[in-house]
Amino acid sequence: MTTGAVTPHRSPLTPERDSFWYLVHAEWTKFRTVRGWVIAAGVTILAITALAFPFCAISAGCAVNNGASGTASAGACPPAPPAGPGGEPVQDAFYFLHQPLTGNGTITVQLTSLTGQVAIGPGSNGQSQMGSGLQPWSKAGIIIKENMSQGSAYAAMMVTGSHGVRMQWDYVNDRPGLGKRAGEAGGVSASAPRWLRLVRDGDTITGYDSADGTHWAPVDTVTLPGLTDPKQAGTVQAGLFTAAPSNGNAATTTGVFQHIGLSWPATGWTATNVGGTGPNGVGQPGTFSQSGGVLTVTGGSGDIAPLTGGAGVISVQRALLGTFFGLIPLIVAAAMFITGEYRRGLIRVSLTAAPRRSRLLAAKAVVIAAVGFVAGVVAAALALAVGTPLLRKTGIPVWPVSLLTEARMVAGTGALLALAGVLALAIAIIVRRSAPAITTAIVVIFVPYLLTVGVGPQGGGHGSGGGGDWALKVTPVAAMAVQQALPKFYQVAAAYVVVGGYYPLAPWAGLAVECAWAAAALALAFFLLRRRDA
Amino acid sequence: MSLAPRVFPQPYPAGRALHAAAAALKAEWTKFRTVTEPFWLLAGVVALTVAIGAAAGSAARCSSASCGLDPATVSFTGVYPAQAVAAVVGVLAVGNEYSTGMIKLSLTAMPRRLTWLFAKAAVVTAPVLAASALAVAGAALAGRLILPGHGFTPAHGYPSLTTGTDLRAAVGTVLYLTLIALLSLGVAAAVRNSAAAIGLVLGVLYLFPITAAVVSNPTIARHLDQIGPLPAGLDAQATTGINTLPLTPWQGLGVVALWTAGALLLGALALKFRDA
Repeated sequence: MTTGAVTPHRSPLTPERDSFWYLVHAEWTKFRTVRGWVIAAGVTILAITALAFPFCAISAGCAVNNGASGTASAGACPPAPPAGPGGEPVQDAFYFLHQPLTGNGTITVQLTSLTGQVAIGPGSNGQSQMGSGLQPWSKAGIIIKENMSQGSAYAAMMVTGSHGVRMQWDYVNDRPGLGKRAGEAGGVSASAPRWLRLVRDGDTITGYDSADGTHWAPVDTVTLPGLTDPKQAGTVQAGLFTAAPSNGNAATTTGVFQHIGLSWPATGWTATNVGGTGPNGVGQPGTFSQSGGVLTVTGGSGDIAPLTGGAGVISVQRALLGTFFGLIPLIVAAAMFITGEYRRGLIRVSLTAAPRRSRLLAAKAVVIAAVGFVAGVVAAALALAVGTPLLRKTGIPVWPVSLLTEARMVAGTGALLALAGVLALAIAIIVRRSAPAITTAIVVIFVPYLLTVGVGPQGGGHGSGGGGDWALKVTPVAAMAVQQALPKFYQVAAAYVVVGGYYPLAPWAGLAVECAWAAAALALAFFLLRRRDA
Repeated sequence: MSLAPRVFPQPYPAGRALHAAAAALKAEWTKFRTVTEPFWLLAGVVALTVAIGAAAGSAARCSSASCGLDPATVSFTGVYPAQAVAAVVGVLAVGNEYSTGMIKLSLTAMPRRLTWLFAKAAVVTAPVLAASALAVAGAALAGRLILPGHGFTPAHGYPSLTTGTDLRAAVGTVLYLTLIALLSLGVAAAVRNSAAAIGLVLGVLYLFPITAAVVSNPTIARHLDQIGPLPAGLDAQATTGINTLPLTPWQGLGVVALWTAGALLLGALALKFRDA
């Protein structure tokens, strides 16, 4: 028996017909000539686009008061919250001891105490019974603010309940100071006070942090264009503030200030509850007392911070909620793209024409990914275009998104659908039968999501027993994170949950999880396709 | 030249309808039991229900009397994926006839099409019912063994986990899985394509609760939970907080039964009035 050298496979085809793209073209021809699959891809686009209408038109169940009738009906929506300098909906309700500052200037204080109270139960006279308790983001400090209207530009230095010294400006920005002493209640005491300083120079403000009032460390320098608005004539409001973020419960924050140094001639303090005491204002009016050089300032429930999803803000991601509906026809088409070949025996012809099985698999994956991507991009772009104006009419403030974020949502939806199609195709090669393949793909994507969001009006009424958000971290549905339109804010304690529009993973990280699933399934499919008879 | 109307011979005279039904049942049962696929799918229903239920039970913790968890829904969490497998059983029972062309032979042998469909449905019902009962019994047993160690104790308001309410939850879940298999069978008879049918069924099952979870309007969410077969049917699983459910347990199963009846009706109409 001779063991001659094995001649490597040499394709009898011309180089052009042997190219990979020729194979892709052949697979594309197969896809586009089956009416059912083209209809399925069309249904994917149609479902995502058309569902943007109902999902964006559904209001929160309150009547928007457009001011036309002038009479607020029973179920009227609360008044719209103020918008910050970037157009984002914000909460701007705090107790402010202020005086005008014209031109440049510096304000310096020493903070010797930060305490708080929080509602611990119902009390008498409809008032809540208050008990001692400082919220993690309860804050007291100094602030320079464009003017007294809600949503105006500002920069502030503050001591917080359990996040140390912070500099915050224009609602969405937050930077830790050097003296971060997490864990200590308030982080300040008479024996270990904190010194804070704000320096205004035109439209820039620099915040400083110090432990002894002698050695100052700059925290950040920020430019706030609003401060040099000609209408202001160079005058801004500067002073002391306290705010008690409360998540709906009554709360107060008390700061004790001394060694208050102003670089301009003082004109006396004016006390104002910014936002008033109505809706969007503070929960209770603040108070202050002065003895010697010590000012004790107590402010009621409120915060200077961006609003979050589920707590007054709606996400433009709502326009893309039809993605789940669009996934199903795409998965059906992707699975049939290969199971149809097995059922009809066409797979033998395909493999005779393209004996290198990996290339056939790759060509099919490229075609289904391209179909999914194009369908997703077209559908998401249309859905956002029709959904965003409808959302603005609901009366719930819409979080503004940049063009870049919108582009990421649109391209990400395309990638999400492309990967789901590849995953379904790979599963279909593994199980070879359409109904089990489609079922596997849909169950793998949908059921973990269902167990996460919970079923029933209570959200979790039929849940998995407090399963948490693991599904959104490790299963293919993690890719939904690519559609997130709301930023998370470290400096706002809120429920960042999926129904509010937040995902545990970063957008591209979520997509990478789905990518890993598709790649793993594709690898197994490739292994089995090579090993098994067709 | 005139054509005389063609008279087809009646294979079964009217009086022998019962005999025909028995023959159809026997034939369909032979088809069902001589293929291995349904067996493995039903084994999958049992395995998924028990395994996922045990996993959910192991993950659940009830640390106080107000933890808000329902031991029955925790034990039966596996029904979420398992119902999809039960749906595959129903879809393939009819879908395979169309995909293989067997349907022509079947209808030639049994020209009473509705008798054929109901024989099919009956033959699917019995094994799915048995497998679901096994699955639910296994999941309930796993819950009975796991949950008391995780805080589901009498001190936290879970007396025995074997009350009449728990029995109702178990029976309701078995009926739910069976109704889903029949719903799928009806859809498959209506659309005649396994892939399209399973896509439709799973869409109807899973999209209602997903939509209800994300719409911001609580009234609409509650209505979606009332009309969707999955959330309505799983009301039958609840053993705690029944007063706050959108539907009572038996009403919920009634909604699923309506969906199933509607799907079977559509399937019957398609079968009767369209060419096979």
